[in-house]
Amino acid sequence: MSGAKEIRGKIKSIKNTQKITKAMEMVAASKMRKAQDRMAAARPYADRIQHVIGHLAQANPDFQHPLLVERKEIRRVGYLIISTDRGLCGGLNNNLFKRALMHMQEMKAAGAEIDLSLVGSKSATFFRRFGARIVSQVSHLGDSPHVTDLIGSVKLLLDAYASGELDAVYLVHNTFVSTMSQEPTLNQLLPVEPMDKDELQSHWDYIYEPTAAELLEDLLNRYTESQVYRAVLDNIACEQAARMVAMKAATDNAGDLIGNLQLVYNKARQAAITQELSEIVSGAAAV
Amino acid sequence: MASTIRVDIVSAEGEIYSGDATMVFAPASQGDLGIAPRHAPLITTMRPGEVRVQTEDGEEQFFFITGGALEIQPYQVTVLADTAMRARDLDEAAAIDAKRRAEEAMDNQDADFDMAAAQSELAVISAQLRAIQKLRKQAKR
Repeated sequence: MSGAKEIRGKIKSIKNTQKITKAMEMVAASKMRKAQDRMAAARPYADRIQHVIGHLAQANPDFQHPLLVERKEIRRVGYLIISTDRGLCGGLNNNLFKRALMHMQEMKAAGAEIDLSLVGSKSATFFRRFGARIVSQVSHLGDSPHVTDLIGSVKLLLDAYASGELDAVYLVHNTFVSTMSQEPTLNQLLPVEPMDKDELQSHWDYIYEPTAAELLEDLLNRYTESQVYRAVLDNIACEQAARMVAMKAATDNAGDLIGNLQLVYNKARQAAITQELSEIVSGAAAV
Repeated sequence: MASTIRVDIVSAEGEIYSGDATMVFAPASQGDLGIAPRHAPLITTMRPGEVRVQTEDGEEQFFFITGGALEIQPYQVTVLADTAMRARDLDEAAAIDAKRRAEEAMDNQDADFDMAAAQSELAVISAQLRAIQKLRKQAKR
């Protein structure tokens, strides 16, 4: 019965692993819900600020803020890539990097240089290995990030764009579609894409203090920050959803393994009993 | 005629207050504003200070904000509050910090971005993932 003991040990260790994956699955599920709540909480601000910017941009059509103007010649593009800090979330980060690389290759083919600004340690380890030019990096934002954590990175990009160092900035992150699916997305962050004029309903004749141009500058910065903040929240919801699914699969796999091993164990036990019995019987027959 | 004005105080991280008020006081960048219903439409920035909201039942609520923007329509006030103290030099410090981390990470490396290598590695990883998925499906059958 030497085999049976080993199998028992194996079953026990798999059961322990299963407990861990099960716990991780449940933790991820509750964190995902919280992340979704946070996303909902951030929406009113983004909607409001977008409206105000729309009004401001309309207020003096002859003035074009640099952050709103599309540049013809693109020599250097920036990518703000938002990844997770931790692994065990399936192919989430890999799909995202693939999406980013695809776009980068197009840009490179068009003759543009590439700057990277990274959020999350997974993107840092990935892109560092391949010698990309990384201009800023933030990681370990935790489950409830704050806008303050992102100001530095966003400011670097805004400044680089304003000084003409960068001609476009793209935001790469995962979008939460459902628990089962997360979509790697690439959006243009700068220049800020003008919004639909039709969407602005009541048009008020605002008084601007100080001037509309100065207000626009301030608000566009805030708007960009809130965009990035939302992307980070979105990515966290995706991370938790992906982890939940991955851990559920792992728990199921562990269950299958345990079932198979249990069968092997039962067989081994039965074989040992049969052998013992036949030994006794044949021993008795010999007497 | 409505004698109240709707107040929404929102920050990037969440809604802070939403309700009706008879009067709102806000610290605009060019002087404090008292906003009654049917105020002229106005957009302005705010300095750090206190937003005071007087509700219909005579109560007064205080919200400390660290700056932001203010949008006024005749029956609607929206305060876009900043989530943190903002100052040019503070932002600068944050930017330098983010840059420093990147430079640390880039230490002892001067090679060009090897996109081909990155892509082939990703291809390997996704092939592995696909193989695992296939195996799993087979195991189920």
